[in-house]
Amino acid sequence: MKLPQFEYACPTTIAEAVALLAKSGGTAKPIAGGQSLMPILAFRLATPSLLVDLRKLPGLDKITIGKDGVRLGAKVRWRDIQDDERLRTAHPLLVAAISHVAHYQIRNRGTVGGSVAHADPAAEMPGIAVTCDAEIVVVGPSGSRTIRAAEFFVAPLTTKLATDELITEIRLPSWPAARRWGFEEFARRRGDFAMAAVAAFYDRDERGHAKDAHIGVIGAGSTPRRLTPAEAALNGRPVDAAAIAAAAGAASAAVDPPDDIHASAEYRRALVGTLVERALARAAA
Amino acid sequence: MRNSFIGSPVERIEDLRFLRGRGQYIDDVSRPGQLYAAILRSSVAHGRIKSIDAKPALAVPGVHAVLTAKDIGDPVPTINIRLQPLPQLVPFHQPVLAHDKVRYVGEPIAVVLAESPAIAEDALDAIAVDIEPLPAVADRFASSADKTLLFEGHGTNLAIKYDVTHGDIDAAFKNAPYTRREKFRVHRHAAVPMEPRGLLAEWDAAKGKLTVHGAAKVAFFNRRILAGQIGLPEEAIDLVENDVGGGFGARGEFYPEDFLIPFAARKFGRPVKWTEDRRENLLALQHARDMDCDIEIACTRDGMILGLRGTTYADVGAYIRTNGLVGPRNVAQFLAGPYRIPSIDIDAHVQLSNKTPAGTYRGPGRYESDFFRERLLDLVAQDLGLDRIEFRRRNLVTKAEMPYHLADIAPYAQDTEFDSGNYASALDRCLKEFNWTEKAKLQGRLIDGRYHGVGVACFIEGGAAGPKETAKLVIESDGMITVYTGSSAIGQGLETVCAQIAADAIEIPLTRIRGVFHGSTTLLKEGFGSYHSRAVVMGGSAILDAANNLRDEIRKVAAQRFGCAAADVTLADERIGGPGGKSAKWSDFAGVSAEGSFTNHHHTYAYGTHAVHVAVDPKIGHVQIVDYVAVEDVGRIMNPLTLKGQLIGAIVQGLGGTFLEHLVYDENGQMLTGSFADYLLPTASDFPNIRGFLMEEEPSPINPLGAKGAGEGGIIPVGGVIANAVASALAPFGVQPNDLPLSPSRLWHMVQAAQSAKPQAAE
Amino acid sequence: MTQSAMSVRFEVNGKPAEVKVEPRLTLADCLRHHLRLTGTHIGCEHGVCGACTVIVNGEAVRSCLMLAVQAEGAKVVTVEGLSRDEELSPLQASFRRHGALQCGFCTPGMITTAHALLTEEPTADADRVREVLSGNLCRCTGYVPIVEAVLDARAAYRKPGREDRT
Repeated sequence: MKLPQFEYACPTTIAEAVALLAKSGGTAKPIAGGQSLMPILAFRLATPSLLVDLRKLPGLDKITIGKDGVRLGAKVRWRDIQDDERLRTAHPLLVAAISHVAHYQIRNRGTVGGSVAHADPAAEMPGIAVTCDAEIVVVGPSGSRTIRAAEFFVAPLTTKLATDELITEIRLPSWPAARRWGFEEFARRRGDFAMAAVAAFYDRDERGHAKDAHIGVIGAGSTPRRLTPAEAALNGRPVDAAAIAAAAGAASAAVDPPDDIHASAEYRRALVGTLVERALARAAA
Repeated sequence: MRNSFIGSPVERIEDLRFLRGRGQYIDDVSRPGQLYAAILRSSVAHGRIKSIDAKPALAVPGVHAVLTAKDIGDPVPTINIRLQPLPQLVPFHQPVLAHDKVRYVGEPIAVVLAESPAIAEDALDAIAVDIEPLPAVADRFASSADKTLLFEGHGTNLAIKYDVTHGDIDAAFKNAPYTRREKFRVHRHAAVPMEPRGLLAEWDAAKGKLTVHGAAKVAFFNRRILAGQIGLPEEAIDLVENDVGGGFGARGEFYPEDFLIPFAARKFGRPVKWTEDRRENLLALQHARDMDCDIEIACTRDGMILGLRGTTYADVGAYIRTNGLVGPRNVAQFLAGPYRIPSIDIDAHVQLSNKTPAGTYRGPGRYESDFFRERLLDLVAQDLGLDRIEFRRRNLVTKAEMPYHLADIAPYAQDTEFDSGNYASALDRCLKEFNWTEKAKLQGRLIDGRYHGVGVACFIEGGAAGPKETAKLVIESDGMITVYTGSSAIGQGLETVCAQIAADAIEIPLTRIRGVFHGSTTLLKEGFGSYHSRAVVMGGSAILDAANNLRDEIRKVAAQRFGCAAADVTLADERIGGPGGKSAKWSDFAGVSAEGSFTNHHHTYAYGTHAVHVAVDPKIGHVQIVDYVAVEDVGRIMNPLTLKGQLIGAIVQGLGGTFLEHLVYDENGQMLTGSFADYLLPTASDFPNIRGFLMEEEPSPINPLGAKGAGEGGIIPVGGVIANAVASALAPFGVQPNDLPLSPSRLWHMVQAAQSAKPQAAE
Repeated sequence: MTQSAMSVRFEVNGKPAEVKVEPRLTLADCLRHHLRLTGTHIGCEHGVCGACTVIVNGEAVRSCLMLAVQAEGAKVVTVEGLSRDEELSPLQASFRRHGALQCGFCTPGMITTAHALLTEEPTADADRVREVLSGNLCRCTGYVPIVEAVLDARAAYRKPGREDRT
């Protein structure tokens, strides 16, 4: 499982990195932490001509918290999120989800930008991005553009990112302190990709009823997605056992998971319902 | 013996190097000018090889050569069965390279030799292989159907059928007051040691000597196979054992590479190194388990077992490997386990399929048979309204019945008997440590969304395979003693335990043992290795013999020096003494040595009981191990620290096999679990609550140490005890888990199926 | 199909190292085969087993998931760098005392990972230790003695006045 041949470059500016990607005509790949890319290379599932190492690019490793929300530089690592005390109030859902990402060593190198670019349908960060209506900021030869997370993920391991573009930032909208939320994941073992996971949150109107509910799921389809029917089952209602059951039922009905070696589609469909139920019970508690 | 190192928790000698990164595993060894080998493996499960074109690979810069079957010679050598060979199985021996047909994904087709491992791997992609695909026989049921044959000339995929008999089965079932027939199944999984295999072969043309590093487990036997295949006398070949990163039945058997790498080194006159990668390890290292059965039990209404009959089936994959028959044999012969079953008649079918050839994995055939039997016993107890503990106790072989004769297995002549044991005592100890009486009250109760259940299972563990082991002890120039043993180290702490035995037997401090050297063909004239939990009983007893001989030899030499009778010589820690105050240092006896051996044709049977408390989330299908207690009586404990380590480790392996590990094939014979992301080994957070207890109430009468083989017992009852506990927890649904693994999805489906069958069920 | 070899400089176990490597060489292979530091083991080469864990700039990383060229300028510590002279470190001694290794193949990765953890979190509790070690596969021990050994070694990493979490 030795890696295939490639050339290597380690540019010091984003412009230089983008130029290298563009010059390769789509055969180069960026590498940051490499925690998703390296196994793919080891299995020779990808054979890039050139790896463009992003480690010297300045300014992409900051976590910025402001009135407009949380901005994660693309090179922010999992451990940076876990170590940042501010995020526990600024975005508790993000922190909870990230605690399920891989293992200790991987968290020391894996980055949010890498995870989003890799677009594994069972990965937490893409799921949080979609659930929270995040924006993905990318830069290419003709400058920068912003893509809504809901549109960014196209298929397993496929995104709207062009081969000559780099992710620079993930913007999560601001998180009201009173927001109710829950995150539930089930994996075969701790740190494995999720069999399925559910991120759920809602705000409350003056009657205490749910409003603006967001329920996102990973691991149960080709991309992370929000479960609009489940959200609809919640909005405008008190979050009680009946509403939770309705949302869970709607969630199960809304997903179309695949069969694979770890679980049947039926199981995953039921699991999504169970996880929605548990995430909402936690949110309402 | 004055010392008591035997039985003490002596810290391991090996650890001093392993903990500091100074172990020397096979990939740590290199030679100047070595070539690197990579193996081209079949991507087709079943097909006819039309052509192999290596030319494009030879054009890759840095590629030295490509070997295919036609470079090996005609006929292409095949690999002999090591354990329980039979002439009628010769057609199913694996060729070292596929030539006419490929029969499993992963079967070696060609070998690339190149200047670096990466270049060798680059070149694999450049070899053009044309294979005409044939339908794949992808599971045991397809194998039994015989619609597609792996070996057309044989007429069936049934390689052999064994017949296990005991008592009078017709009499037992005629007029039996109660019978129950059930099917059970254990899925394919495997040993998967952490260190992949590797070999480094060197040919010294001037001396006509072939040296192969990377041997493990059974170096002397493998040398014999290689000598026959490669056309050299055994003396012209040495197999060298390095540190070995785990064996568990799979590592160290003779695989195709064990011929190919030495052959290449000799052919090209350069050292050749091969290191298996994990992807090929999961395809190439022997698989295991993959058995099912259809069995029927007869009992009296008060729970005395009268008879057991039926059929076991083992899917052994595409060829019969070196130890591929051990599991299929054990599953049938030991189906009765520690229980007195007066009449037995089991047909054991050994079936071929287009999957990786199977062989042993810790507790081969025993893990499966324990699952089959212990599940069945719980079902019977439930039918008869008996307490499942009492039902078991009533049928356990008693101490008074020892030695107890086991069922015979034809066509083999050999028979076997339990050497000693008090099975009820181990059961009682387990229940006490587990606190069964209290925990049993939780059965079927729903607490915080989880159903609680308890299970129990008893087992026996065979060990001490014969025929022989050898040892040699040498006094060094500083008076220290070096130990040589024909047993092999596969990570089990052999050096430490051998040193303990030697120090006790010679009657010197442990610190005077310079080292224990093991396994390699360079050390002793013959050796038999480490398998079937044999190293302590066989290797240890040989060291005892060598120690007695060494003490005699010292007395003889000292008697000459002191001018006295040998009987008047005394051996003490620091000095050898004679009458009249004469004495000499141990170092004065430098060069004195003694050999020893132990011959044995009987097996030891360690035994015990496991109990477990589980909590099952029926909505997710997750099983939490709340408490797990294992008790095993091993006759005599050599080192409680290493033994308990092996016990706990074996249990967690068993839990992995029961819940997580599954080698999945699709209907085309493609393996879908070719990485550690898909083949799930247990991790540190999966099974934290495991407790182990060791007993030594019943020493073995068949060896001077009183020891019994004990490295495998921990895994044997795991599937059965877990499934029984899950059934107990999910009793409100009526779930009966008779198929493994108990993955979340499979368990959830069992709950769904039971709920739709019993709509009034709980929840 | 030759690749341009690149010169890389970094520090290994306190000593400077300079190697010429192909870009495709992993840090694990570089340490093992170019620098002959064979204590770092390769168990899977796809980032699951943890046997190749080394400490880079104070943090545990999987050296099979890092290119050697990415280590330029880094401070790398391998298992060989964790004990001076002939003494076992307190962590290593604890592993030995608890029987926390058998075949020894996963052991270097366990030791480097546990060392990095206890250096950062000398009061880590059993659950945290299990969580962190769940990135390192061991086939022999069942992990129970490894967790005990790591917990028992915490005292050696603790500054005075801090208590273990239990």
